[in-house]
Amino acid sequence: MGEFILKMPDVGEGVAEAELVEWHVKPGDPVREDMVLAAVMTDKATVEIPSPVSGKVLWLGAEIGDTIAVKAPLVRIETAGEGEPAPDSVPEALADAVREEPVAVAAPAKAEAPPKPQRVEPRPAPAEPRPVHDASMKPLASPAVRLRARESGIDLRQVTGTGPAGRITHEDLELFLSRGAEAVPAQVGLARKTAVEEIKVTGLRRRIAEKMSLSTSRIPHITYVEEVDVTALEDLRATMNRDRKPEQPKLTVLPFLMRALVKTAAEQPGVNAIFDDHAGIVHRHAAVHIGIATQTPAGLTVPVVRHAEARSIWDCASELNRLAEAARTGTATRDELTGSTITISSLGALGGIASTPVINHPEVAIVGVNKIAVRPVWDGTQFVPRKIMNLSSSFDHRVIDGWDAATFVQRLKTLLETPALIFVEG
Amino acid sequence: MKEISCKLLVLGAGPGGYVCAIRAGQLGVNTVIVEKAKAGGTCLNVGCIPSKALIHAAEEFHKLRVAASGRSPLGLSLNAPAIDLRRTIAWKDGIVGRLNGGVTGLLKKAGVKAVLGEARFVDGKTVDVETETGLQRIRAEAVVIATGSAPVALPDLPFGGNVISSTEALALTEVPETLAVIGGGYIGLELGTAFAKLGSKVTVLEALDRILPQYDADLSRPVMKRLGEIGVQVFTRTAAKRLTADRRGLLAEENGRSFEVAAEKVLVTVGRRPVTEGWGLEEIDLDRSGKFIRIDDHCRTSMRGIYAIGDVTGEPMLAHRAMAQGEMVAEIVAGQKRSWDKRCIPAVCFTDPEIVGAGLSPEEARAAGIEVRVGQFPFQANGRAMTTLAEDGFVRVVARADNHLVLGIHAVGHGVSELSATFALAIEMGARLEDIAGTIHAHPTQSEALQEAAFKTLGHALHI
Repeated sequence: MGEFILKMPDVGEGVAEAELVEWHVKPGDPVREDMVLAAVMTDKATVEIPSPVSGKVLWLGAEIGDTIAVKAPLVRIETAGEGEPAPDSVPEALADAVREEPVAVAAPAKAEAPPKPQRVEPRPAPAEPRPVHDASMKPLASPAVRLRARESGIDLRQVTGTGPAGRITHEDLELFLSRGAEAVPAQVGLARKTAVEEIKVTGLRRRIAEKMSLSTSRIPHITYVEEVDVTALEDLRATMNRDRKPEQPKLTVLPFLMRALVKTAAEQPGVNAIFDDHAGIVHRHAAVHIGIATQTPAGLTVPVVRHAEARSIWDCASELNRLAEAARTGTATRDELTGSTITISSLGALGGIASTPVINHPEVAIVGVNKIAVRPVWDGTQFVPRKIMNLSSSFDHRVIDGWDAATFVQRLKTLLETPALIFVEG
Repeated sequence: MKEISCKLLVLGAGPGGYVCAIRAGQLGVNTVIVEKAKAGGTCLNVGCIPSKALIHAAEEFHKLRVAASGRSPLGLSLNAPAIDLRRTIAWKDGIVGRLNGGVTGLLKKAGVKAVLGEARFVDGKTVDVETETGLQRIRAEAVVIATGSAPVALPDLPFGGNVISSTEALALTEVPETLAVIGGGYIGLELGTAFAKLGSKVTVLEALDRILPQYDADLSRPVMKRLGEIGVQVFTRTAAKRLTADRRGLLAEENGRSFEVAAEKVLVTVGRRPVTEGWGLEEIDLDRSGKFIRIDDHCRTSMRGIYAIGDVTGEPMLAHRAMAQGEMVAEIVAGQKRSWDKRCIPAVCFTDPEIVGAGLSPEEARAAGIEVRVGQFPFQANGRAMTTLAEDGFVRVVARADNHLVLGIHAVGHGVSELSATFALAIEMGARLEDIAGTIHAHPTQSEALQEAAFKTLGHALHI
């Protein structure tokens, strides 16, 4: 018998450990060479780990969510080799093998546990079919039980019957009275529900959680909300979209905002910066790398449009589309997901009049875009309908004062309300 | 005008009304009941009770006639028997009278004030009663309408003279030579059978394609057979037209073919209608459900504080349904939490042989989308039935296929009416086939057929 121990491979430069996010196999499964066994996540990239051999999975070295050190044993695979052992000796042999193995760094407890063959829960076939609470059927209970339930104010449809054919007994009623509806699978009406589902926070979700905690625990946020009249911008956008060339992408508001950010950042370099609070240094970047908070099926990611200052509005739009698509399909590279100097967050069509965006640490500013809405605006003589969009922007108050924040946002507002200014050189 | 106030006013002292009033009285509710005729309603005076008395007398007489004819398998013989129907009816009236008095006594014992007279709604809380001593105004917090039902007349054959309803049929003092029964439902067949056994030449005319249309053909077949044996002629798909010119016969039409049926009396039993007129329903304008007063599962009508129970609220028009509703409403009025949660209302048909049903028939269950198992056990294989010349008929059990919950039990056979209690109990308690099969049924009784039917449904009948 041959046994192959697959160790956690080196999945990236400088990566010492990775989080297991998915198992594609379980003990007992046959595997072929190159078949994907597991997925691990480093920083923001997910790496699939293929099997180098063919055989049968004997043991898995970690559970989903565990962090595994590089070189730690990950999977044991039985390979076709010299002489098959008698089946009943397999567990013993394995147990020995495990004890001989040096304790893994990442998941010692798991490594020590003897491999358990895949065990089917011994669930006896229910002797009685479960109650059929279909709508046509009244709850099954004797008249005495029904009377008692009525007098106790109990809806029998909420009570699980343990009697034959799901008949509700006096004992079932007592249990229900003493415990409430907790043991009860609520099926109809306004039944109380007490189930708790445990969702392990793993993978990208854990990254997001860590990032958000880091940001809010380290950065004292100041959030500033201002409304922007984007009627002119919207007119311009409509015209540009109408007259665009076939190879040019359709423009949303975001490319305009990106270009406005570039212009404002040049005037106020303090907001386009990275604050290294350990060293006590603010790195003001000449380059404007704009992170775009993007919702993907797995969770929030922030692909980065690099060097927005060197891109035309059409170029910004194209790059934005490409990155958003890559992020949604999970094909964005690590480089495309890191290195931003300022971030835009937009909930787009979901609306909301204001938000309190969390700064993408270690940046110092984030601009939140709220939904455009037509609102009545007093022009001095009458109300006129204008397209109004709110900007909710947060700043790191350690390095940006309220005054600076307001100045920044007001400048953005001016640019967006008179969009020609965005395109004025110099 | 005299005026009294009470908490609960019951209109109608039939089985629904008087039970409601007695129960309310027991619970300390200040209750008044109004009845225009006699306590006990249709059931006690002109329905269940007197008809069963007549059916019994007819059956006894018929046995004597069979013995006198020398055809008794038991070896009995006697000279030609005779019946004095006048005395039979007097005996029946005696029973009715005793029960009338009984109900009146029970009402009194429960502290219920009974007012005799015709009631009429003034508004939702006020009723005027025309009594012998003048107009009586009654104000009540809650009112229960229990006005019952009355026989439906045919437009071309209005009641009167030779055309009679069940009420008059139960008061005949002479056995008519010929009797035409219009309507092959249970009332017509019960009375038709009784008069046939008393010696009448009975013809039954049914408009539909078979008698007892509310029961399936398996259940009505033994009844049909027995009707033939006692000389009752049954015409189905036949419409009664009108009396012949000499008023001694009835013109009928079957498939466009007209014929004459000899009929000294014509008994019209084409159904019963709710009594919704004559007591001021129009004053309070309650919602209807067809001809009936619409009620919810608390027997509440569309007007707050007004309840309705019994035949006036719809099918099945059965005394025991009205009684159960009456009891429930009394308890609701007394402040208890109640609601209509019955699983079944058993029904009995006192034909020969009797039919009893509780719960769903196989067709009804299947129509409801339930997969069922059905088991039937014939009385031919039941020892007790053999020894009482009662081999016709069977007990049939319908259960869910998945969990064996008993959905319906039906039987046809002699004396099976008494099995209705166990049938209803099984369903109301939520019995499964195994519960019935696992209950020892005393031997030798006809009830063993129920256990055997359960065995049969489970696939292991012992005696068949």
